Amino acid sequence: MVATYDAKTDYKVVGTNPIRHDGLDKVTGRAIYGGDVTVPGLIWGDVIRSPHAHARIKSIDTSAAEAMDGVYAVLTHADFPVVDEREIEAGEDIVNLKRDQSNIMADDKVHYKGHVVAAVAAVDRNTAQEAASKIRVEYEVLANVSDVDAAMAENAPIILESLVGDHLGEDVPNTNIARIFRHEFGNLEQAFAKSDLVIERTFSLSMVHQGYIEPHNATVIWAEDGNITVWSSTQGSFGVRAQTAGMIGVPETRVKVNYVEIGGGFGGKTKVYLAPIAALLSRKSGGRPVKLVMDRTSVFEATGPAPGGKIRMKVGVTREGKVTAADTDLIFESGGYPGSAVGAAAMCVFACYNWPASRITGYDVLVNKPKSAAYRAPGSPQASFAIESVVDEICEEMGFDKIQFRLDNAAHEGTRRGDGVQFPRVGLEECLRAARDSDHWNSPLGDAPAGKARGRGIATAYWMNGGGKSTCDLMLQDDGTVMMNEGSADIGGTRVSIAMQAAEVLGIPAEDIRPSIPDTDSIGFTGVTGGSRTTYATGLAAYTAAHLLVDELKDRLANLWETESGKIDFADGVFSSDGQSIGIQELAGKLDPTGGPVTSTASVNPSSAGAAYAAHICDLEVDLATGKTDVIRYTAVQDVGKAVHPQYAEGQIQGGVVQGIGWALNEEYFITDDGAMANRSFLDYRMPTSLDMPMIDTIMIEVPNPLHPYGVRGVGEVPICPPLSAVVQAIHGATGKRYYELPVKPGRILEATNGD
Amino acid sequence: MHPFAYVAPVTVEEAVAVLDKHGDRARPLAGGTDLLVKTRANVWELDAVVDIKNIPELMTVTVGNDGLSIGAGVPCYQIYENSEVAAGYPCIVDGTDIIGGIQIQSRAALGGNLCNAAPSADGVCPLIVHSAVAHIAGPGGNREVAVEDFCTGPSQTVLKKGELLVSMSMPKPPANFGAAYTRFIPRNEMDIAVAGVAVSLVLDPSGQNFESARIALASVGPVPILATAAGDSLAGKPVNDESIAAAAALARDAASPITDMRGTIEQRRQLIEVLTGRMINKAIERARG
Ligand SMILES: Cc1cc2nc3c(=O)[nH]c(=O)nc-3n(C[C@H](O)[C@H](O)[C@H](O)COP(=O)(O)OP(=O)(O)OC[C@H]3O[C@@H](n4cnc5c(N)ncnc54)[C@H](O)[C@@H]3O)c2cc1C
Repeated sequence: MVATYDAKTDYKVVGTNPIRHDGLDKVTGRAIYGGDVTVPGLIWGDVIRSPHAHARIKSIDTSAAEAMDGVYAVLTHADFPVVDEREIEAGEDIVNLKRDQSNIMADDKVHYKGHVVAAVAAVDRNTAQEAASKIRVEYEVLANVSDVDAAMAENAPIILESLVGDHLGEDVPNTNIARIFRHEFGNLEQAFAKSDLVIERTFSLSMVHQGYIEPHNATVIWAEDGNITVWSSTQGSFGVRAQTAGMIGVPETRVKVNYVEIGGGFGGKTKVYLAPIAALLSRKSGGRPVKLVMDRTSVFEATGPAPGGKIRMKVGVTREGKVTAADTDLIFESGGYPGSAVGAAAMCVFACYNWPASRITGYDVLVNKPKSAAYRAPGSPQASFAIESVVDEICEEMGFDKIQFRLDNAAHEGTRRGDGVQFPRVGLEECLRAARDSDHWNSPLGDAPAGKARGRGIATAYWMNGGGKSTCDLMLQDDGTVMMNEGSADIGGTRVSIAMQAAEVLGIPAEDIRPSIPDTDSIGFTGVTGGSRTTYATGLAAYTAAHLLVDELKDRLANLWETESGKIDFADGVFSSDGQSIGIQELAGKLDPTGGPVTSTASVNPSSAGAAYAAHICDLEVDLATGKTDVIRYTAVQDVGKAVHPQYAEGQIQGGVVQGIGWALNEEYFITDDGAMANRSFLDYRMPTSLDMPMIDTIMIEVPNPLHPYGVRGVGEVPICPPLSAVVQAIHGATGKRYYELPVKPGRILEATNGD
Repeated sequence: MHPFAYVAPVTVEEAVAVLDKHGDRARPLAGGTDLLVKTRANVWELDAVVDIKNIPELMTVTVGNDGLSIGAGVPCYQIYENSEVAAGYPCIVDGTDIIGGIQIQSRAALGGNLCNAAPSADGVCPLIVHSAVAHIAGPGGNREVAVEDFCTGPSQTVLKKGELLVSMSMPKPPANFGAAYTRFIPRNEMDIAVAGVAVSLVLDPSGQNFESARIALASVGPVPILATAAGDSLAGKPVNDESIAAAAALARDAASPITDMRGTIEQRRQLIEVLTGRMINKAIERARG
């Protein structure tokens, strides 16, 4: 279902559902993913990883591995050049080159179990594995900290000894707290004092993984002339270029990253783990191409989980149902190195409401677990869980209608976010009204079978979305086909959603555009596919390039028609002037006398994007004897701005919801006392399967984004945020208990309800 | 992964000879759904993998008046798709059709499930409540072991050097017999049992009293547990909530679970009690036809 607010609706291409250009290759298995890459003379790399969560490396003996037949190179951190603490952007993560270099291969200490300690390259995969197993590492095992309380305790073992924490502007050495920051406005004390009810709660969350099906991989050639060629599944080839070059100390332009298809990323494939290792192995192996592929255990143990942590949340309201003030401490696990999503969480946490006063304090805390990475709306799901749980409790305590209360306090155009940003036109109120009027909200829960109980939850959330740099080239062919190069890795059908925007301008079918994603030498800079930016920003580049193409064609046509280009109109794919007219695709074959091929290119850099809001309703059933939860009905309402390709926009929403439900119900890093992740396989890391999910219904609201010609807002991230609280409030409805710790797995429900 | 030889014998004798030669550096390969995973994870290092799927006796299912016999290498789908098995031994189907998904079931053998000796194995408790016997061939000849005595610890069995599981057989159930298995998992499929319970029982001709019962528990001890006291408690009792609750409580007592990533001690005990009650009721339903 799609509801539109004051948007143009008479599009020819935008808003339709053409088949994606890459679809056939993907369903037939022809598409080349990173793991499929093979090149002549390929050799294999392998790594050894730390068995300890926290240890000092006393010595590494690589002699037995080096002596093995078929081994070309052995690598330790000593082979990496010394780099400074330069920070570069990588989508929704900031990469500190020095620390990330230590993260992908440990220097003097290992910070988490699975931390890479050394690597080898050998003639084949088995030889590489066997050689790696012959590397002897002597460790001095150190006490480990696996949660924020332990990490912040006095006399806690210090994980990164060189770290100087920034605690509200003060330099603090000898700490696991990398950063404490605060956003504050209004008079908090006075506002709380005016409240009729103040509720304060503490929430705990575990780390969770993005769970992309394709493991990380990289194939790299470091040739004799110093040119480096990379194939690696990634959300952003230019990010791989910058991070790889930065960590191995070469200029970015010596590194060429080829685009390969990607089997899921969800934010976790913006950071680089393998390419710099493969590059150095290649150089040490005489320029042979080296390939590295992780297994699932390594993906879990050493790549991008989303942070767990603690959230303290205090909210006040008046008897009349107005919010007064909110105060929160967001204490996030960054993992083995600084840099969690707490900054983004701080932007999102209070963004659904219009507060007279608020204070947000963020903590970025190191723990002996893998360095966290971006995961779909990084930080917002955790924040939404906490604030929406407290709002739900307030509504029940005060007898407020859960939607009306949110409408009465909703953020809208002009409202300031907790960190000061003022909203342009946003669609939260429209989402809430659509939820209120939905069939789902107005249908009774229905009776549960014997021994089971049902509940319904509702929650909202916000994600700011991203803008940033994107490039698109268009090349008109004689037969009217338009070749398109664009720089965005295609994770969710963006080839087609970008092509559709050019097609709309040109007045031709999306199928007549043939999109390609070239290597980094062959397209202008384009940021990572992340921050829900791609259909918005790269789409804007395509839109702009298409207009440039039309302008150029007008000039050419002016020549043919012996008129001025300013007198030529262009609409619905047809040029006309003084009673003459010609379709763009017909004109394409007549351009030779006018100066030959017509191409255009556009690079854009929108500094902001249109924010996304969502309101979700969840019905579920709990087996009271076993604690098992089954979601039975789910409706996701979301402001999508403009659904360029409604089916794919809906697919993004449904996918996000499923991941959010998994986060609420079963997903967690189960950490044992020695700091190891016990459930490091898909069998025991319990993501939902298709059999666990009902149909996820969507209601797409189109409140056009004023920053985009078609009103496009990013859609891919915000849907993962509301499910955490919507699900947990529904479990509350079914069991009568409140849950402050995720996941609300069956054992927790039994613990809460036993004795009833 | 360490390189190994792949051997595909066509007789039990050949297989036993290879296994005997290599000792614990060789392993039989049924569906490989445990063996390949463990080999790749370097749980062990093998010199030889002995594929048993070319040995006819290990690949046949026979259903007749003496009962059911299942070759050790028969994949799960051939068991649960066999209409005679489905009609006479639905509890065996309960176990085999939840092991993994379709892909796993088309390779994984019930014999592999038993020899892998996981406390959580879904196929083993159904065999135990059917009083199944494991038929073993070895260098010293053949022997039989009751399935409840087959596993001796996690990944440990009674099999000695050179021994091979040939088949599992169980008697034809008497009249008024019913059996059922279920497990608890937080998801609906593709998960490892947090706790599992199989129940078989025989009712008297009136269908109102228990004559005998066997109850077996998965995932709540180092090996699948035959909860003898719980089963025996039903013998001679009337079919009512009270006797069922009493047996379920005894099953709970028989469980000796640990707390791990899949569940806690308390949760598992509670699950055993709940599932035992549910499976007794389901077995009664089946017994009454
Ligand atoms: C994705 C996935 C999901 C799974 N889900 C479940 C599940 O839900 N429930 C469950 O119980 N299990 C599950 N398993 C585990 C596994 O599939 C089962 O245990 C299966 O029954 C093993 O049978 P197999 O034929 O594949 O055994 P194999 O892997 O071939 O063998 C298992 C072990 O038994 C030994 N062996 C095999 N045959 C003989 C023989 N004739 N004599 C002596 N030793 C022998 C092997 O050497 C090996 O040690 C799952 C596995 C995977 C990969």
